[in-house]
Amino acid sequence: MKQSQSRWIALVFALGAILFLGACHKKAAPAPPPPPPPPPTPTATLTANPETIDKGQSTTLTWQTSNATDISIEGVGAVQPNGTQQVTPTESTTYTLTAKGAGGTQTATARVTVNAPPPPPPPPPPSLTEEQLFAQNVKDVYFDYDKSDVRADQQSLVQADAAFLQQHPNMSVTIEGHCDERGSTEYNLALGDNRASAVKNALVAAGVPADRVKTVSFGKEKPFCTESNEACWQQNRRGHFVLNK
Amino acid sequence: MNLGLDRNTIYPATHMWRRFSYFFFAIFFCFAIAANLLAQDWIKSGTGLGVERIRIAVPEFKAANQDPRNSELLRTFNDTLWNDLTNAGIFEMVSKSFYPLGQIGAPSDVKFDTWGQTPVNAAMLVFGNLGASGNNVVVQGWLEDVKNPNSPPVLAKQYTDNATTQQARVIAHKFADEIIFRLGGGINGIAETQIYYVSTRSGHKEIWAMDYDGANQHPVTTLGTISLSPHVSPDGSRLAFSSFNGSAWEIRMFSFDLNRMVSFPRYGRTNLSPSWAPDGTRLAFSSSRSGTPEIYAVDQSGGNLHRLTNSGTTNVSPTWNRKTGSEIAWVSRHGDLPKIFTMSADGTNVQQLTDQGYAVSPSWSPNGQFLVFSWMRHYGPGAPGSQDIYLMDVTNKQWVQLTHDGGRNDFPCWSPDNRHIVFQSNRSGSLQIWSMLADGSNQKQLTTSGTNSEPDWSWK
Repeated sequence: MKQSQSRWIALVFALGAILFLGACHKKAAPAPPPPPPPPPTPTATLTANPETIDKGQSTTLTWQTSNATDISIEGVGAVQPNGTQQVTPTESTTYTLTAKGAGGTQTATARVTVNAPPPPPPPPPPSLTEEQLFAQNVKDVYFDYDKSDVRADQQSLVQADAAFLQQHPNMSVTIEGHCDERGSTEYNLALGDNRASAVKNALVAAGVPADRVKTVSFGKEKPFCTESNEACWQQNRRGHFVLNK
Repeated sequence: MNLGLDRNTIYPATHMWRRFSYFFFAIFFCFAIAANLLAQDWIKSGTGLGVERIRIAVPEFKAANQDPRNSELLRTFNDTLWNDLTNAGIFEMVSKSFYPLGQIGAPSDVKFDTWGQTPVNAAMLVFGNLGASGNNVVVQGWLEDVKNPNSPPVLAKQYTDNATTQQARVIAHKFADEIIFRLGGGINGIAETQIYYVSTRSGHKEIWAMDYDGANQHPVTTLGTISLSPHVSPDGSRLAFSSFNGSAWEIRMFSFDLNRMVSFPRYGRTNLSPSWAPDGTRLAFSSSRSGTPEIYAVDQSGGNLHRLTNSGTTNVSPTWNRKTGSEIAWVSRHGDLPKIFTMSADGTNVQQLTDQGYAVSPSWSPNGQFLVFSWMRHYGPGAPGSQDIYLMDVTNKQWVQLTHDGGRNDFPCWSPDNRHIVFQSNRSGSLQIWSMLADGSNQKQLTTSGTNSEPDWSWK
């Protein structure tokens, strides 16, 4: 795509230059009364060595002309009739040598192909993306006081969680069972185990392989919220999803 | 009749009240009239025992020599001995302001008449002397029956140990336990016992230990995770507890003989609340290794695991009948709330003990007759949030409330003498360890630093 575009630009540019120079020529050539002998026609050759480079490398342009007085290479500028020059194009370029003389104008082109740079570094590691995806899509499941069954208003959440996990078969998760601060330490740890199991069982029933879902209970040992009110307690009665690394 | 129980707290259970009257008579008065199950555990000992608690006078021990260390050692010894005898719950301590002038260091100094008369009117007299010499301190102590001056001393003991305040405290505990053993119906005192508990003061929940009176608080574990539910083996050599290992809760074992953690099998998932059988050969605990948390029993080494419950709900906090070892009480979810149940040690003969509310953390008494546990009896929306310690007679399910001072009171555990209960309470504004007599009287806070919970009283 880029190459053909640049070729088009070069072509349009070259045609424009020819028209322009042709126009000048017309203006600059008054008709003398005695027709002189026709001047010799200019010749021009242009080569690039190597013709293909990687981005950042350089190549050598070599040219010869004859019977020309005004010699230029587009993109380089006016040059001697014969010579060499190193160029470092940043993209594929067609160099056009224009040799103008009394006998007319001759052009020659040399195409230098610049290979695309090495592919960009791989996209950020998939785990980061997965973690973001996981955080955006997987929702914790909340429980009623003293209950360990997944309540009706949480069923659709579990189904969505299960669907996401099925779409990402490389992910495995740990369900943490949490309880609010009321109640007894030991009983709450056992109840948290029930809650984690309830979420796991719902995921497995929805088709998530059991070996991708671990469970652990934290009872009331690691609360999300530490105030003593129902809003806070509800925050702490949950099955919390953690992406296993 | 003042038993330290407020009548208003005795719920309509007259029969129950009578039984407990007997129980506390037996405990506090060493009376042979308690013609019930407990009578066989109690013997009348000594003479001059009134119907009230034994009136005992404990003048400060005398310095036996001029060693400059004596005053500090005596201060520690006298304070510790006085507190131990007060805490025992079987004595009426005669106020020191009534004592005759003049120090008593030996039997020859005692004028029995003055100690036996008003205002002292002591039934028993404890006295002695203490002297540091070289690296050692020597303590001589006597227990005399004031009303029988011509009979030999009830007790005459001599102790020699390092001349440190720590050892002066230990000697006082030993002597106090001798006195309590003699006058308390042949039941060993608790002055030399330990209490294990969970403390956050290092930044993590670790297992700590302290003397029964709250002295010498020190950490046992430094695992840097969450460790809970300490339970010391009956012989005192090992401590079982539950600890989070990064992915699961496992039963862990600390050896006091080796002073380090020793291996114990990992069962996977959530393993909680280990409890020792009274013979020390088995443990019961809660495990969700095969699904729901159920009660399992296992050898002391962790082998021969077998399952005792199969309720499919929530089962945790087992406690063995400490007298027979043939029954286990535990917490099981029933109708969405935890209730106390009992079963035979093989899992058969399941019985429900509590019928309402939220009941957790049972602890079986050393004499096998009682459970203490934590109960939110009126539970649910709008109910007062108080959580109190209750005592229940296992045979007839009669119960009595022991705490009435607000807050959440949980994890009661019996002392080996069957006369005391240690528990956790947040009534002071933070979660701390408290102790009380088994009738709910004499409640005192033992810890203050950090939060402290789940106390476990050593078996001896």
